[in-house]
Amino acid sequence: MIEFQLDEGSGVATYLQLVQQVHQALRVGILEPGDQLPTAQQVVAKLAINPNTVFKAYRDLEREGLVRARPGQGTFVVGTPPRNDPTAQARFLGSMTAWVSEARSAGLDPDDMEAIYRTAIRNCFSVGVA
Amino acid sequence: MTQVISTHEVGKRYGHKWALRDCTLSVPEGKVVGLVGPNGAGKSTLLHLAVGLLTPSAGTIDVLGASPTEGSKQLSKVGFVAQDAPVYAGLSVAQHLRMGAYLNATWDHRFAESRVGQLDLDPRQRAGSLSGGQRAQLALTIAVAKRPELLILDEPVASMDPLARREFLQSLMEIVAHGGVSVLLSSHLIGDLERVCDYLIILARSRVQLAGEVTDLLATHWRLSGPRRDPSSLAADQVVIEESHTDKQTTLLVRTEQAVLDPTWTIKPVTLDDLVLAYLSNPPRPERPALGAGQSSRRPDLGVVR
Repeated sequence: MIEFQLDEGSGVATYLQLVQQVHQALRVGILEPGDQLPTAQQVVAKLAINPNTVFKAYRDLEREGLVRARPGQGTFVVGTPPRNDPTAQARFLGSMTAWVSEARSAGLDPDDMEAIYRTAIRNCFSVGVA
Repeated sequence: MTQVISTHEVGKRYGHKWALRDCTLSVPEGKVVGLVGPNGAGKSTLLHLAVGLLTPSAGTIDVLGASPTEGSKQLSKVGFVAQDAPVYAGLSVAQHLRMGAYLNATWDHRFAESRVGQLDLDPRQRAGSLSGGQRAQLALTIAVAKRPELLILDEPVASMDPLARREFLQSLMEIVAHGGVSVLLSSHLIGDLERVCDYLIILARSRVQLAGEVTDLLATHWRLSGPRRDPSSLAADQVVIEESHTDKQTTLLVRTEQAVLDPTWTIKPVTLDDLVLAYLSNPPRPERPALGAGQSSRRPDLGVVR
């Protein structure tokens, strides 16, 4: 069983903090398939957060295929997050490096590039949000 | 979405002075709803109207499909903890529970006794000698043991120390996790509300300034800063809630359902604290459209309730 912590100053939504802590626990092997997550009742009793926040986090984890709710028993780990493919990472570092040098020769500085990068990220990931 | 409370232009007047006026709002079912607003906004008046301790001078209020003053059946459906959690100082904890059992049509004595046990309260102790936190816990126990459909709490944690406050909110969230009860609570402590509420209503000058799911509110408000510019040049879907300008720079708090794509802005998420302060310190302007501008609303300053 793991115990959740909250970082109130982080600006990260509470349900996302719970999701990230499960990811992290799976990555380092604290949680393994078959392990049970704390019940919503246990989490809210410790953290004084809204139970719907816990349900939302667990639903997200279920959608990722990492946990499964068994009615009347609790929520259990059934999978582990996929590892990032190292060759894909190398490939994107390559194309990103090319992009950065091109932007540099066009006169952009690192701050300009970061602003563009952040805009692109928002652009791609905001679909369906809100 | 089903509503547990809906009001239409409800108002309460004392002599010539209106404590609450023209207040139209709805409180959704099955949620923990936070009610925030400055002192004098009419929060307590609204809560007292909802539990039938006051009758409106104008307008209508509907609680769980009936008038709050309908009768004892209506009273048994609503649990209320008033500000500062009043209890009877001369009665013991056990006598409070007996009184609760006697006065309420529905009463879960097993729950009440097990809560008193969990809280480590001595049943023989007089309520007058309990600490502020214990008193509030006792009041909450009684309000919940009647198994209401709606629990209304008026600034339940305002006078508590941080530990008592945390313990009280833990108890409240355990009760909510158990299911079957909607909660409406007023508070000035936004940090607490951010943890425990899934829906927020901002009330100022009797008007609803904003209402919505906390996650939606946080996902649709952004702080933008960049070179000085006229806010009227913003994209049509971006509604300015707060603006400040220096000779060179403009900082805005905007509401938008779309991504902000203009790369000249530095964009930061807002905290619930920022959000509440921005709405309270900036009175609504008539041109400010409602949240979710596609939907029509008679009141331009009213957040659309989803």
